[in-house]
Amino acid sequence: MSFQIFLQHLVNGISLGSLYALLAIGYTMVYGILRLINFAHGDIFMLATYIAFYSITSFLLPWWAAFLIAIILTSAFGIILERAAYRPLRSSPRISIMISAIGASFLIENLGILIFGGRPKAFPIAPIFSHVVVIGNVSISVVTMIIPIVAAIALIILNYIINKTKTGMAMRAVSKDYDAAKLMGININYIISFTFAAGSAMAAIGGILWGLRYPQLIPLMGIMPGLKCFIAAVIGGIGNIKGAVLGGFILGIGEIAIVASSPALSGYRDAFAFVLLIVILLVKPTGLLGQNSAEKV
Amino acid sequence: MKRKLSLLLALVMVFSIVAIGCSGGQATTSGEPKEEVIKIGVFEPLTGANAAGGALEIEGIKLANEMYPTVLGKKVELVILDNKSDKVEAANAATRLVDQDKVPVVLGSWGSGLSIAAGAVYKEAGVPAIGTSCTNPLVTLNNDYYFRVCFIDPFQGNVMANYAFNQVKVKKVAFIIEKSNDYSVGLAKFFQDTFKELTGDQNSVVYTGYYNTGDQDFTAQLTGIKESGAEAIFAPGNFTESALIMKQAKELGITLPILGGDTWETPEVIDIAGGAAEGVVFSTFFDPNAKLTGETSKFLEAYSKKYGKEPAAVTALGYDAYILALNAIERAGKAEPQAIRDALAATKDFPGAAGTVTLDVNGDAVKSAVIKTVKGGKFTYLTTVEPIKK
Repeated sequence: MSFQIFLQHLVNGISLGSLYALLAIGYTMVYGILRLINFAHGDIFMLATYIAFYSITSFLLPWWAAFLIAIILTSAFGIILERAAYRPLRSSPRISIMISAIGASFLIENLGILIFGGRPKAFPIAPIFSHVVVIGNVSISVVTMIIPIVAAIALIILNYIINKTKTGMAMRAVSKDYDAAKLMGININYIISFTFAAGSAMAAIGGILWGLRYPQLIPLMGIMPGLKCFIAAVIGGIGNIKGAVLGGFILGIGEIAIVASSPALSGYRDAFAFVLLIVILLVKPTGLLGQNSAEKV
Repeated sequence: MKRKLSLLLALVMVFSIVAIGCSGGQATTSGEPKEEVIKIGVFEPLTGANAAGGALEIEGIKLANEMYPTVLGKKVELVILDNKSDKVEAANAATRLVDQDKVPVVLGSWGSGLSIAAGAVYKEAGVPAIGTSCTNPLVTLNNDYYFRVCFIDPFQGNVMANYAFNQVKVKKVAFIIEKSNDYSVGLAKFFQDTFKELTGDQNSVVYTGYYNTGDQDFTAQLTGIKESGAEAIFAPGNFTESALIMKQAKELGITLPILGGDTWETPEVIDIAGGAAEGVVFSTFFDPNAKLTGETSKFLEAYSKKYGKEPAAVTALGYDAYILALNAIERAGKAEPQAIRDALAATKDFPGAAGTVTLDVNGDAVKSAVIKTVKGGKFTYLTTVEPIKK
């Protein structure tokens, strides 16, 4: 493999890894606060791409306005989802919320088929994104370059919110000890809504970038990325945001590496994610950056 | 709060029971109508990765139904089921058609894998099925109840390999195969057999990459092709994934000719791949410019009247499957599965919209293939290839 080809693979891997990372953050944030695996997260991601799609094609908005609206509406949807499907069950056993999450996921997928139709739609791409830059023998489209940059900016903002603001401090408190935080007068409902909004916004950014890179929308498009990013979150240590990012990159680059190293193995790239999950669960169940906790999940 | 919630839940339950009751009621009324009808089952992907293909075929079937609404003096009723582009669902839909709806004949499906999955159900139930555009040989092989109105992949693979060798003049090709799709795997194999023979070079296939149905990232496979020294890419598979392959190939600066099969002729390929679809070449069943039979003109006229555009090849095949079913019922003289099967097996020189249908011993149609390309955002006719005389 020549160095240029290696670079091309690396660029592809980083781009895919950034998308996984953005989506994995949503899983890990919700888990950190509620100890809930939000199975509907992949479908929120799907909704974001459809909102952006309809904003551009039906409401004829410029792309940046459409993306902004998609992020805002998706965050709002995340809050509504939590209120409708998870909040009523907050005091129930955890398994009930998890089943509710699976139910919400199926509901959104099938509503998607009903409302958007089962035929794939082409995501409209503004010309500035589809421009291709050629450096030596390495071809990079503008989207491919933008993805890691946008992901990095989103992460920095999120990191700032969590570590430097009062809301962020409250979030950390809730994730450390839910009951104690409640006793200290933290508005739990607000914090949880905020967490869902932030996680969904990350999914929306990921979804829009995904649409720009893989411009094909179907209502079931969230399932596989959703599953993989859940795995990415577990690999990195679920509940840990830096872990989710790390997990996303390991998965993205790993997948590309598998296909690049041997074309014969290229049909097994999905299997790679699941094998990795099993290995991590066997070797280090808390994930790479996860803290040890006595609690069994 | 709790009480309100339980009340709401109770209401939902009552409502759903009523809803189920209603739909059940409708089903029974359609099952025993006053006027006697002949049911024809249709199983096609209406959702999932193959949905666009299914929709095109249903267009043709419905159009044919409007033009020929009766057979043996009875009204024809279409029972359309969604096989969800999923092999398990395909078998479920097939079971429902033969057990619950008790149709005497079935049309479909787009996608060989789906047809193969359902084939066993039809064979066991003794209900004949007419394939529309499922081209894998295994659909009809060892199944006396599956027929089809299209050619099969050994021929299609041969046509494309010849085209690559003689017209594009390439000696090395790369494959990208949809691993979980019988159609894609089969077509690549037949292409490879012919291509190796033509070039006389056992190593003429320099790269073979795979992907799974639903994959969206093909950059790794395409980057591999970039350094493999291939002169053309053969990538038969679902149109959704294929469109992304075309797009990503362009983004990676790959300018090699991209070749494929009949599944690519859907408007979505051009929508999704955009400018990257320009110049791709694929084989298909039919072109409106090649008027094949008297039925072709009738079909084209009715189609443009209803939809105001040119039909896709698979739409013509959906149309043909329907009129062949009607013809078989007529020849059988009754809407009874075994009689229809026997009539179908004896089909000879039947004039369909997409060419004359003569079924061979396996139940496959022997027909010519059409090669098309994408030019200026439109599917454009290149040439016609006649069937190989055995």
